[in-house]
Amino acid sequence: MSALTRTLAGMEETLTAGQAHAVVARGLTKRFGATTAVNRADLAIRAGTVFGLLGPNGAGKTTIVRMLATLLAPDAGQASVLGYDVAAQAHQVRQLIGLAGQYASVDETLTGAENLVLIGRLTGASRKEAKERAKELLNRFRLTDAAGRAVKTYSGGMRRRLDLAASLVSRPRVLFLDEPTTGLDPRSRNALWDIVRELVADGVTVLLTTQYLEEADQLADQIAVIDHGLVIAEGTSAELKAQTGADTLDAVFLSLTGHDTREEETEEDDELAELSA
Amino acid sequence: MSAMTATATATATAPLPARVGPVRAVQQTCSLAWRTLVQVKHNPFELMDFSVQPIMFLLLFVYVFGGAIGGSTHDYLQYVLPGIIVQNSLFTTLNTATGLSTDLDKGFSSRLRALPIARFAPLAGRIIADVAKQAWAVALLYGVGTALGFRPGTSALAVLAGAGLVLVCTLAFAWAFVWIGVLAANPEKVQIFGFVVLFPLTFTSGAFVRTATMPGWLQAFSRANPVTLLAEATRGLMAGGPVAVPAVEALLYAAAFVAVFAPLAVLAFRRRV
Repeated sequence: MSALTRTLAGMEETLTAGQAHAVVARGLTKRFGATTAVNRADLAIRAGTVFGLLGPNGAGKTTIVRMLATLLAPDAGQASVLGYDVAAQAHQVRQLIGLAGQYASVDETLTGAENLVLIGRLTGASRKEAKERAKELLNRFRLTDAAGRAVKTYSGGMRRRLDLAASLVSRPRVLFLDEPTTGLDPRSRNALWDIVRELVADGVTVLLTTQYLEEADQLADQIAVIDHGLVIAEGTSAELKAQTGADTLDAVFLSLTGHDTREEETEEDDELAELSA
Repeated sequence: MSAMTATATATATAPLPARVGPVRAVQQTCSLAWRTLVQVKHNPFELMDFSVQPIMFLLLFVYVFGGAIGGSTHDYLQYVLPGIIVQNSLFTTLNTATGLSTDLDKGFSSRLRALPIARFAPLAGRIIADVAKQAWAVALLYGVGTALGFRPGTSALAVLAGAGLVLVCTLAFAWAFVWIGVLAANPEKVQIFGFVVLFPLTFTSGAFVRTATMPGWLQAFSRANPVTLLAEATRGLMAGGPVAVPAVEALLYAAAFVAVFAPLAVLAFRRRV
């Protein structure tokens, strides 16, 4: 995109304040061999909001995130983050985004502090700045006591908090969270939700994937329901309920797909039950 | 999809750079090299892996096998030290591959690739760190060897050239394992595969024994073995003996390994991610 179109887009942003989109995808498609993981997905995520991608395991949520985060090239369609094309302007996109989740982890052999300092240094901070930023984030995520310990000794909840902290080092304007609470006990999950709310209050745009309806209900301003690579419905939690005449998101999902979200994720359920026990 | 009708796009406030500058790319490579080296601090076993183990091998070969193989421990030390340096360097190239495989396996690779850093920095950083570890192990073995009575039959410059040749060739051979490291599903498999390939290759070479005592068919194989060529060239440079022919042949092997396995590794990496 040329400087002029960006300026125009910027003016449009001012004109339609509150309506501007931080992430836009059109016809986004990804195939793996014979499987179509993502099929012509259209998404428009308003700046400063939380957008929930809801669907069972294997629905294509992670593939969408990986394409938006420049990790995977789309086979068809296009997507942009804050006006930059994810394929043609990947380097610019990478300067604006943060990514946390099961597929973007930290170095387990380093300490929590070392991980954050490393990412700070890689994104252009001086040694002193990187150390200060790491300290600040460790404090904010209640990891100060564990700062000097290797990450492999961390609990699941601590790991997720550090993953999230790592994605925030360079102060991203758009944050991708891929199943941030899968496998967490309810207390750690609530703590993570609070952090996401704080980030949004600071003006960060969040794209969150989840298989938990409650999580989408609690956090997301807008929800897209995904099944077998297709976006099958989109709207606020209330809109989806009204549209399908269901009173819970569970029922919404059942009426849209003919199956519920749980049947393909027994493993995670077992893990969660184990952790809560 | 009502949201699609509004075409406004929020944009970044100032134009962002479109690529990484060369100075930043070098800094990023150094940061990632630091990361690989600082791992050692948290994993004392790794320090043992490339410090204690080579010394153990040297002592074992010189004092247990030395008299039987080489007539006297001193004569055998002169023969075997360059061979052990080569053998140890080849085995430590597995670290590059297992480290890379671990990063892919655990998702750290994805984290790095989503950062605005030079695309080559993660691999370059790891290679630089691993070459530094190799250099340390070569120096350590040479130092211990000297303390045990090894005397270079050549000049200090030739000894340094020998060390340089070992580093260059093993770095080139490492591409084969980098390829395996990217293909294999997990780091343990890389380790097992590496041992299965490297053990026969180093022990049928001229690194530890003179190939003349081997049966004819094995001699033929051994003479073509790149480990033999590298060991002979290194021996020539450090202890004295022919250098030019084995050195050129070892370097040709190195060039062939890079030409074949570097593109395969890059291709496999692109497919995997």
